[in-house]
Amino acid sequence: MKISRHHTQGLAKGVIWVAAFSTLAVMFWILYQVLREGLPLLNLGFFLQAPRQMGRAGGIFSTIIGTLALTVVAIIIATPLGVGTAIFLREYTRESRVSRIIRFGTDCLAGVPSIIFGLFGFVFFVIFLRMGWSILSGGLTLASMILPTIISTAEEAIKSVPYTYREVSFALGGTRWQTIRKVVLPNAIPGILTGVLLGVGRSVGETAAVILTAGSSFITPDSLFSPIRTMAVHFYILAREGISMEMAYATGAALILLILAINTVANWMMYRYVHKA
Amino acid sequence: MSKEKILEKSFLLIALSSISILALIAFFIFQQGIPLMWKVGLNSFLLGDRWFPSKESFGIFPMIVGSFWVTLGSLIVGVPLGMACAVFLSELTHPTIAMILRPMIQLLAAIPSVIYGFWGLIVLVPLIRDSLGGPGLSILAGSLVLGIMILPTIISISEDSLRALPRTYKEGAFSLGATHWQTIWRVLLPAARSGIVASIILGMGRAIGETMAMIMILGNATQLPNSILSSARTLTTNIGIEMGYASGDHRQALFATGVVLFFIIMGLNSLALILSRKGRA
Repeated sequence: MKISRHHTQGLAKGVIWVAAFSTLAVMFWILYQVLREGLPLLNLGFFLQAPRQMGRAGGIFSTIIGTLALTVVAIIIATPLGVGTAIFLREYTRESRVSRIIRFGTDCLAGVPSIIFGLFGFVFFVIFLRMGWSILSGGLTLASMILPTIISTAEEAIKSVPYTYREVSFALGGTRWQTIRKVVLPNAIPGILTGVLLGVGRSVGETAAVILTAGSSFITPDSLFSPIRTMAVHFYILAREGISMEMAYATGAALILLILAINTVANWMMYRYVHKA
Repeated sequence: MSKEKILEKSFLLIALSSISILALIAFFIFQQGIPLMWKVGLNSFLLGDRWFPSKESFGIFPMIVGSFWVTLGSLIVGVPLGMACAVFLSELTHPTIAMILRPMIQLLAAIPSVIYGFWGLIVLVPLIRDSLGGPGLSILAGSLVLGIMILPTIISISEDSLRALPRTYKEGAFSLGATHWQTIWRVLLPAARSGIVASIILGMGRAIGETMAMIMILGNATQLPNSILSSARTLTTNIGIEMGYASGDHRQALFATGVVLFFIIMGLNSLALILSRKGRA
C-alpha cells in the first residue's frame, strides 16, 4: 500500500503533538516530584527557625535572609548599570561600531556559564578586592551574571516606546535627557521591572556562582561582609551530602514556590504591559 | 561641556563598564590558569588522562571526553523534542493556546539547576540502575536531564525564527498544493535554518556550561568513561567539586580548566551570533 502524503501529514503531526505534551508532562513531573514530598513539610516554624545540626533539624530562616540579601545587592548594582547601558544603546547611539561591540559583549556575557562567573567572582571579589566570602562578593558576582538579562529586557522596553512620543517631546522644546527621563523611562518602567524580576529569579536559583563567592555558612549575617548560605545552596548541600532528604524536599518545595511566584508576576507584567504597548 | 554632552558621555561610560565585565572575567581567569597550562605543558594538560592533583598530575582529557558525551547526549534528547515544540507552538496550535504554553516553557528555563539535578538523582538514577544496571549515576542520566534543561533555549529561538518567516512562503507552498506538513518540512524549516542552528548551538553552550545538576547525577569519576552507563566528570563539574578545597597548583589547574571552558563557550557563542545575524539579513 502506498502511503499518501496525507497519511504522512497525520503521522508527523501526531508525533509532534506527543512530543510537545511529553515536554510539558516532564516539567510537571519535576515540579510534582518535589512538591508532593516537600509541601506537607512546610509550616511557619520551618520558615522562621534557624537551621540546627547542619540542617538536619530546625528551619531555613538564615538561608532566606541570605537569599534576600544577595538578591537585593545584585539588583541594586545591576539595575542602574543595565538600564543605563540600554539607554545608551537605544537613545544615544544609532548602529555604530561602539554599539555593535557593546551588543556583542552583552550577548557573549549572557552565554558565560555560571561556574565561570563563580571562578571570576572568587579570584576578583573574594581574593583580589579582599571582600572574602561575603554578601558583597556574591551580590557583585550575581550582578554581573544578571546584567545581560536586564540590558536586553530594558532595551526591548525602551524600543517599544513609540517614536512619536519622543518627537512630541522634542517639538515642545524638551532636551534629550528631559525626553528620556520624563517620557521614555516612565513608559518603559513595566518592561524594565520585568527584566529585573527575571534577574531576581536567576539570582534566587543560582548555586554554582554563589557557593564560590558567598560561602555556605548558615549563621545569620550581620553585615555586607558576612558569608551567607542561600536557599539554593542549602538545598544542594542537604541533597548532595545526604544530610536530610526530608529537609531537602522541604527546602526544594520552598524554592520552587518562590520561583513560581516570581515568574508568574514577571509573565503577567510582560503580558499586561509589554505586549499591549 | 554642556549638561547634555556630559550625560551622553556618562551613559557611554556605563555601557562600556557593563561590557568590561567580560574583559575582567577573561583577564582574571587567564591570569590564574594560563601559567599552570604552561608549566604542565599544553599537550599533557589537554590530552593527559590522569587527574591526580595530590600527585601533581593534571590531565583533563577525561573531562573533555565527559563534556563531549554528555553534550552530545543532551542534543540527541533535546533537539528533536525542542524542534517539535517549536513547530507545535508556531504552526500546529491556536495562537491563544500558544500564548498560554509559552510562559510554561519559560518556567522550564527558570527552574533552578539544583532542582533538575535533584529530580535526576531521585527519579532517573534509580530507574537506570534498576533497569539497565551500572551505578545509575551516568552519562545517560546526565544527558536526559541536560536534554530537558536546554529545551527552553532551543524552543524559544527556533520558534522566533519560524514565526519571523514571511507569510508568503506558506501561501506559496499551499497554492502549489502542498499539505501543511509538506510546507513545514520542505519550506518553513529549511527557510528558518540559520535561526534553528543558532538555537541548537546556544543550547549546546548551555549544556557544556551546566554544573550543579551534573555534579549531582554524573557520579564524577575521573576515569575515561567507556559506555553511556558509566560515571563521568565534565569540565564544569571538575571545577565545581574541587574548587572548595583546592589550593596552589591544584587551584590553578581548576582555573586552567575554566580557560578551556571559556574558549569553547566563546567559540560557540560567536558562531551562534554570526548565524543568527545571517538569518536576519
